[in-house]
Amino acid sequence: MPKTIAEINEKVKRGKAVVVTAEEVIDIAREKGISKAAEEIDVVTTGTFSPMCSSGAFLNVGHSKPRIKLGGGKVYLNDVPVYAGLAAVDVFLGANALPDDDPRNKFYPGEFNYGGGHVIEELAAGKDVRLVATAYGTDCYPRKKLETWINLKDINNAILFNVRNACQNYEVGVNLSDRMIYTYMGVLKPKLGNANYCTAGQISPLLNDPYYRTIGIGTKVFLGGGVGYVAWHGTQHNPNVPRTDKGVPKEPAGTLALIGDLKQMRPEWLVGTSMLGYGCTLTVGIGIPIPILSEEILSYTLVSDSEIFAPIIDYSEAYPQMKSDILGEVSYAGLKSGYIEVQGKDVPTASLSSYPKALEIASILKEWIQGGKFLLTELVAPLPGAESGITLKLLRERPIVE
Amino acid sequence: MDVSRRIVLHFPPLMTGQPVVYRLARDFDLSFNILKASVSPGEEGLLVMELSGDQGNYDKGIQYLTEAGVKIQSLSQDVIRDEAKCTHCGACVNLCPTGAFSLEPETRKVLFDHAKCVVCGLCVKACPPRAMRLYF
Repeated sequence: MPKTIAEINEKVKRGKAVVVTAEEVIDIAREKGISKAAEEIDVVTTGTFSPMCSSGAFLNVGHSKPRIKLGGGKVYLNDVPVYAGLAAVDVFLGANALPDDDPRNKFYPGEFNYGGGHVIEELAAGKDVRLVATAYGTDCYPRKKLETWINLKDINNAILFNVRNACQNYEVGVNLSDRMIYTYMGVLKPKLGNANYCTAGQISPLLNDPYYRTIGIGTKVFLGGGVGYVAWHGTQHNPNVPRTDKGVPKEPAGTLALIGDLKQMRPEWLVGTSMLGYGCTLTVGIGIPIPILSEEILSYTLVSDSEIFAPIIDYSEAYPQMKSDILGEVSYAGLKSGYIEVQGKDVPTASLSSYPKALEIASILKEWIQGGKFLLTELVAPLPGAESGITLKLLRERPIVE
Repeated sequence: MDVSRRIVLHFPPLMTGQPVVYRLARDFDLSFNILKASVSPGEEGLLVMELSGDQGNYDKGIQYLTEAGVKIQSLSQDVIRDEAKCTHCGACVNLCPTGAFSLEPETRKVLFDHAKCVVCGLCVKACPPRAMRLYF
């Protein structure tokens, strides 16, 4: 029965591929059995829609007349500083960048209403964005000042390049202290007032391919409403973590670096996001197809919320102080029931990752494949697995003696 | 005696096809100034307006609206969800002290029960895509 990607693509081109979402496949396999389901189904689509901080875009804004060398100068887009340590008119806009005059947490908790993620959303929406730059001037690039509107459709290149997306599992944040805290896991109420989690669970891409059998470098994906590719394993990719019998990591593990053309992406799938008291980021929509090449690959996609576990971490002390204490483990079925028990207390849960939007992405990707316009890709190279020996290193601080 | 008040009207989804404001003007001789309107087919409609006229007519107009199923609040403060901005992540669900947010079990979409909202504003700043708005 094993299929190849070429065989699946032939069916995709003829509009005959059987494509289901990672939610639908669970019931189908339960009804038909794994072998029959694996024979019939060609592709399972996954999705996620979560804040993903290590996101950003490389832009080439085009050369002005006379020329200006932005590289080494200072450049702002809608008052948000962008990185200009590149060639003359290339810049990098990071999702977490904030305007110089944003009060940040001086008025605690800071609101962080506008930052790099919001600029990316506005670019994707086709809005004009204000570019303000100063440069030092050279013989070949004489100009020292530039102020102009730019628009995504007019600039040469806009490449979304997110160095860490689609985390495979994530922690559950709680607060044991007696004051409200403001974290990247949302507002956490004192004394276990709430518990926040942040993955789509059973339809999240890497939770459906826990050993990275089909998702790897070169995989074509839905990224921000357009088409993107897995460029590399993401930063902090950490495959060596405890896993369940079925291979599902019980803590944050694999990550993906994704790349794609921002010009064909949509603002509804790249949403500028503000985390009270924490900062700005970008909520990114990602969908990844899993070709059902074997029964084994199908069996991984059958993972359900009751089989995915996440560690509960105190964000008032254990997380900031880098202590490894966890307050327990909880399944996504438990998290999605609305309450989990922590230290004998019923704690209401909430998600920072949108399940309805993740499912919508998986469904859109399913339609793209069914419609014959999205072909699957062969892996160029696999992501590093547990055998790679990769471990997450802490920063070892060393005193600087002058 | 003439009165002029700024009010928030919430229309049930089935009512958005009716010419309610026109009747306020025709039947009760009230003048209106629409400050904000959000009406989409099949969704709760929202109209923020200043309504002015004779006190007796004003009271009759409000009675007509109430009997027609329109919920009325004074505009002093109101929290409104921008449906286009909400991503249904659910971050608000366990923050709201009165439980005005809940998840629809089938779809896991976030429901906002306006009647339970006490306009504390906690959700407004905590909403990651800033979909909740405080109106004065």
